[in-house]
Amino acid sequence: MREFKFAIKNTIPIFFTYLFIGIAFGILMSDAGYGVLMSTASALFIFAGSMQIVMVPMMTSGASLISIAVMTFFINARHLFYGIGFIEQFRTMGWKRPYMILTLTDETYSLLCSVQYDPGLDKSRAAFLIAFLDHMYWVFGCFLGSCAGQFLNFDMEGIGFSATAFFLVVVVNQWRQHCSKLPFGVAIVCSAVFLLLLGRDYFIIPTLIACLVSLMLLRRPIEAKEVSDDE
Amino acid sequence: MTNSALYPIAVIAVTALVTWALRAFPFLVFGNKPLPDMVHYLGKFLPPAIMTVLVVYCLRETSFIQYPFGIPEIIASILVIVLQLIRKNMYLSIIAGTVCYMILIRLF
Repeated sequence: MREFKFAIKNTIPIFFTYLFIGIAFGILMSDAGYGVLMSTASALFIFAGSMQIVMVPMMTSGASLISIAVMTFFINARHLFYGIGFIEQFRTMGWKRPYMILTLTDETYSLLCSVQYDPGLDKSRAAFLIAFLDHMYWVFGCFLGSCAGQFLNFDMEGIGFSATAFFLVVVVNQWRQHCSKLPFGVAIVCSAVFLLLLGRDYFIIPTLIACLVSLMLLRRPIEAKEVSDDE
Repeated sequence: MTNSALYPIAVIAVTALVTWALRAFPFLVFGNKPLPDMVHYLGKFLPPAIMTVLVVYCLRETSFIQYPFGIPEIIASILVIVLQLIRKNMYLSIIAGTVCYMILIRLF
C-alpha cells in the first residue's frame, strides 16, 4: 500500500501528460475511422506516443508493413539506449522483468532514473507500480480520446509542453545528483552539432551515439569528479 | 492487403514488435552475464546525457529564426528550471510551466 501511494505521488505529472496526448491519439484514430478497440490495443501493446501518432496517417494511406517497421525503428531507436542503466535492477524483479523492459517509455525511464525511494520501501514493487500506472494512464487517455473525443472540444493546444517541462525537471534533479557536469555539456554540444548538421528530423540517433562515445572517452575525468559522491 | 480487416491489426502488431525489440535489445545482449565495467559506468552517466537530449528532442519543432522566435518556449522553460531550482516541487514546476506556455502561445 505504501508503495502504491508512493507510485501515485510520483506519476501524477505523467498522468496529465499521458492523458492529454492519449486523448489526442484517440481522436486521431476515430477521425481516421478506427474504433475504440484498435486505439486501446495500440495503447496496450505499442505504448509509444510519437510512433502511435505517426502510425495513424500511415495506416489510412495504406503503407506497407515494411515501411511501418522501418519508420518505427527510426522513431523509437532511442529506446535502444534506455535499458543500459537498468540491466542489474531489473534482473532481480522475477516475473515483473519482461513487463518492466517492454514498458520502458521516455517518461517511465526518466522517472525511474531520478526517483528517490523512501527508506523501507520495497523498491522492486514501487518501480513496477510506477511502470504499471504510467501504462494505465496511457491506455485510459487513448480509450477516452477514441470514444469521447468529439465531446471534449476544449482548446488544448500547447498541453504537450507538459512533456518538455517534465524532462526539464528531471534534468534539474539529475544536475543536483551528479557532481560531474560533463554529461550535460556533452549532450548539449552533441545535440547542437547534429541539429545543425542533420536537422530536427534526423538528429536524435547520431546525437545519442555521439554522447555514448564521448562519455566512454571522458570516463576518467567524470569518475574522478564523482568519487567523493560514491562514498 | 490494405483493404483487409486484418491490415490495422497487422500494423499495430508490427509497430508493437519493433518497439519491443528496441526496448529489449540491451537486456538480450547483456542477459544474465556479469556486466562489463564500462556498461556499469554508462548505466550511471548516460541517463543525464539522454535526459538533456530528450529536452532538445521535445523542443525540436521550435523555430528560432521565425516569429515568435521560440519566445514562449524559452520563457516557459526558464520558469520551469527556476521553479524547480528554488521550490523543488515537480508538480508546481510542470503545471506552472505548461500553463505559462499555453497562455504565451495564445498571446504571440
